[in-house]
Amino acid sequence: MRGHYRILLGMAPGVGKTYRMLQEGRAAHAEGRDVVVGYLEPHDRSETAALAEELERVPHLRAAYGGLELDEMDVDAVLRRAPELALIDELAHTNLPEARNEKRWQDIEEILAAGSDVVSTVNIQHLESLNDAIFELTEVRVRETFPDSVLEHADEVVLVDLTPEALQARIRAGKVYPRDRIEAALLNFFRADRLSGLRELALREVAEDVESRRLSVVLDPLSAQAVAERVLALVTPEPRSQRILRRAWRSAQRLGAPLDALWVRRPGHEPDEEELIQLAALRRLATILGAHFLEDEGDLVSSVKRVVAERGSTYVLVGTPDESRRREILRGSLVSALVRELPGVDIRVVANRAERAVGT
Amino acid sequence: MIGRRRRAVYQGEGRILVPFSGALDPTALRAALRIARAEEATLVPAYLLVVPLQYDEDSPRTDHVAVALPLLEAVELEAARRGVPVDARIEKGRSLTHALRRLWEVEAFDRIVASSSSFTAKELAWLLTNAPAETIVLRPASAVAASL
Repeated sequence: MRGHYRILLGMAPGVGKTYRMLQEGRAAHAEGRDVVVGYLEPHDRSETAALAEELERVPHLRAAYGGLELDEMDVDAVLRRAPELALIDELAHTNLPEARNEKRWQDIEEILAAGSDVVSTVNIQHLESLNDAIFELTEVRVRETFPDSVLEHADEVVLVDLTPEALQARIRAGKVYPRDRIEAALLNFFRADRLSGLRELALREVAEDVESRRLSVVLDPLSAQAVAERVLALVTPEPRSQRILRRAWRSAQRLGAPLDALWVRRPGHEPDEEELIQLAALRRLATILGAHFLEDEGDLVSSVKRVVAERGSTYVLVGTPDESRRREILRGSLVSALVRELPGVDIRVVANRAERAVGT
Repeated sequence: MIGRRRRAVYQGEGRILVPFSGALDPTALRAALRIARAEEATLVPAYLLVVPLQYDEDSPRTDHVAVALPLLEAVELEAARRGVPVDARIEKGRSLTHALRRLWEVEAFDRIVASSSSFTAKELAWLLTNAPAETIVLRPASAVAASL
């Protein structure tokens, strides 16, 4: 089973993504989970290094490139170690040419596919679709990018946020860069206006991500409803409707379906005292059964047709019509009308079983 | 084959409440049916459903409802055999007495037939003191009494 993927997204270096990743790793370790640091970017930040000390680290690969000794994540070592949770910094990183994958996010895909959970970090400026916007904002063309699909397919995208002022304060205090780089950093990439723009992009990205996930959550039940059952019981203010509603509830339980009860009042008809008592009793029963009690006024068949369409009902339960044969011939049968007007909807006539018992 | 003669179901004038919870004592049911038949009244078997305080009062209690419904159907069948009209209820409350009070606050009854197997002595005392109609308390059937 694919592991759970959590991405910590920041507006710029120094907002605390790596620190947050290690904090989460330590918390998971304290809870008894098998956690390793798959790769930690050597930022030379003492606070971050201290946080990583308690955690097991998979040794980095040392590789020579362009006359430099560089650290890379040892993907095979992480896969062999097969931890429950791997902490992997900087998913947008470009691997050395001889590496199996071009990008670290591809390494992470392998680790996720092997079943390990991953917490990783990235800055918004590396997002492929924002490359031009970042260039306009910072006048820096970012070369290391990652596809938007990485964020889309992550299980969680969490914004690690800091105000531009707070980040600048951290930079001035030497918590992000060495002393000799502070001035240049604050005058260029880390200018307040640029940081504000980057922050806005990061916030918007996460907001859109949250929105798309919310929509998918909302849409899923809707699509499920398209094939789900929903039961509608037609009731009238008389004792036998208690039985119809109870029987409808049992059908709904078997189908795993929600239940509605509908009373359609004849136009201009005011319920008498006895009917009011029966209606109140039906409403109480509907509450107990977790059913929705609906009331409408007008022609019975037209009202039922409209409610069925609005509620997505798939079953309609109706009591045995007590209409006379003469009325049936003159005005037509209620059940026939329902069958005719509600194609694709099951119509069930609820008989009084007691009558069957005494009739035998 | 000679079928049983079907008794005509009259239109009940009075209403006889038979409150119960969990199980219905057959003694109380038979007595209530005899009275209803004699007085041409409607039998109102009422399953009292207690909603504990930790739940919202409107929360559906499907476990209890699943017990109540077959019982009410059984009562309806028995009443139909005897030609007695039925108007069944399920009423909920924070306690049995709360559910009972709610029921007779909105509906009128001419008699109440209760079994001592459904209520505690304290509840029965409350019932006899507060019931808005003539109340008959019956001892449980011997089989039920033996199991108590």
